Amino acid sequence: MTEKQFTITDEAGMHARPASALVGTVSKFKSDIQLEYKGKKVNLKSILGVMSLGISSGSVVTISADGEDEDEAMAKIEEAMKAEGISN
Amino acid sequence: MTAELYGIAASDGIAIAKTYRLESPSLEFDKKSIDDPALEIERFHTAIAVSSKELELIKEQAETQIGPKEAAIFGAHLMVLSDPELIGPITEKIENDLVNAEFALHEVSDMFMNIFASMDNDYMKERAADIKDVRNRVLAHLLEVRFPNPGLISEKVILLADDLTPSDTVQFNPEFIQGFVTEIGGRTSHSAILARTLEIPAVVGVKKLMASLADETLLIIDGIEGKIIADPTEEQIELYKKRKIDFEDRKTALAALKDAPSVSADGFKVELAANIGSPKDVKSALENGAEAIGLFRTEFLYMGRDSFPTEEQQFEIYSEVLKAMGDKPTVVRTLDIGGDKELSYLDLPKELNPFLGLRAIRLCLEMPDLFRTQLRALLRSSVHGNLNIMFPMIATLDEFRQAKQLFLEEQEKLAAENIPFSKDIEVGIMVEIPSTAVMADLFAKEVDFFSIGTNDLIQYTMAADRMNENVSHLYQPFNPAILRMVKMVIDAAHKEGKWAGMCGEMAGEELAVPILLGLGLDEFSMSASSILKTRSMISSLSKAEMEKHIDSILALATAEDVKNYVSQLVDK
Repeated sequence: MTEKQFTITDEAGMHARPASALVGTVSKFKSDIQLEYKGKKVNLKSILGVMSLGISSGSVVTISADGEDEDEAMAKIEEAMKAEGISN
Repeated sequence: MTAELYGIAASDGIAIAKTYRLESPSLEFDKKSIDDPALEIERFHTAIAVSSKELELIKEQAETQIGPKEAAIFGAHLMVLSDPELIGPITEKIENDLVNAEFALHEVSDMFMNIFASMDNDYMKERAADIKDVRNRVLAHLLEVRFPNPGLISEKVILLADDLTPSDTVQFNPEFIQGFVTEIGGRTSHSAILARTLEIPAVVGVKKLMASLADETLLIIDGIEGKIIADPTEEQIELYKKRKIDFEDRKTALAALKDAPSVSADGFKVELAANIGSPKDVKSALENGAEAIGLFRTEFLYMGRDSFPTEEQQFEIYSEVLKAMGDKPTVVRTLDIGGDKELSYLDLPKELNPFLGLRAIRLCLEMPDLFRTQLRALLRSSVHGNLNIMFPMIATLDEFRQAKQLFLEEQEKLAAENIPFSKDIEVGIMVEIPSTAVMADLFAKEVDFFSIGTNDLIQYTMAADRMNENVSHLYQPFNPAILRMVKMVIDAAHKEGKWAGMCGEMAGEELAVPILLGLGLDEFSMSASSILKTRSMISSLSKAEMEKHIDSILALATAEDVKNYVSQLVDK
């Protein structure tokens, strides 16, 4: 299993556009991918799950990937986070 | 069977096409126990698949028609449809609780909607509506009822709806929408405004519309008369096809007059101006070929708020209008409040006769600070365009002199503070009280211009409230008494080398324009939509010819006589 922390820098927090981009990215992978925020874990392949956390700007989230393609998935997540400008 | 329904004419034009009912279907269902969960789950997956296909199409359509940014919302909807945290719990519920798909879908989506609706953040709260939208689409497919897809309309239709919301209207392709008919709404409702922007006919406020007309009914919509005809006869179709061509010809001919000068057949030039109530009306004034703003009512600045607008707020608004008008003159009427127009934050005593009470300039002279703030804001804005100012409800020369004095004092103060203002502002008055019309010769020596406010001038002259249906027959614009008074005012202005305008509804009336032209009126100010029609009419009239008839018209005894006389003149 691989795990990484991200700080959300987008002023609007985790709103629909970056959340869709992130979910769209991870849906292609076989690994089980989870996002943890304030002690709550959700499936990162679920747009409703991610959005329902109401992640605000400045928060720290932990993303973990567990499965055969976990490293590749984590690399793509980092890429998407930067491309969407929600984390640096 | 042919049926005619009537509503409010909200946007000009005529169209003939099949109806498309834009309505939310009833999505009611019962909770049921099921025996075969595998079959129910399959039914659920089929509904999801059909919904996804529709959304893909709508998204594509929206991308090409409105742009990727607006289409993104449908991408998010698609993602909800494939969300494992939504689909998973629903299928589990069907399997474990042996309930129908409708019920399981409703329960699980409700849970998510509640989470979003209870968030502090407004943006997140609104996401509940997205989930509901997606949920309703799937539910409709499960229940096998039609879910309207305005984005997928691909043939010419007339939309029928209870009301149209902005979210309905961003979706469809205007190319296919021939007109709107709605059950609720007035001339200023969203659908009416949109129809005028798209230049398609609209009839709104048609009672029992949705109960009366089925989908795919052949319909004629007449946005000029505010009428629709369902299942028209062959004759009616032919008649309306012809009317449609006439309407379009007329529109093209009028549009060609937008930048044309307003000149009579014998070369006499007048000014055609627009009446506006806020800066957002300027665009339509210019689009309709206004050569000036003849009346900018400033009341809206004071209404719908809980304190007086500041000098700065007023300065911004006046400057916006003046900049948009450029070199073209703008006549601003100072505050006309009091009487029947009340402000929540201004506590005025109740009056027995509000129209004869403390209002307009009377109130401004009673509360000079309020008036000075407006004058100062106007003066400061004057550097941004071609500003003229007029005072409403002037009854005596003393009132004009006092108001003008306050104006001059504010000018001096600004000069002392080195704040720039235009030196060319003309200061005039509204002529709407008979005493002022009668004394116009003396006023003309002191004012820069007159603007005749016929709506009030008529009701004060006839002593008849036009809103009171028992006496509204006495509200007679064509009564020779009114016309004689208008003549006195115009003649008095011209004798002193000043100009005279009119900013009441009369200035754009078909039968009044020939008389006013003959009387030598210099400026006609009306609602923007009447300008091109009036310009066309003036170009066909000879001023010299109309002048010859003035004495005969003013010698007539009744309003009816005047109208008959002018009708015959115009028909010739």
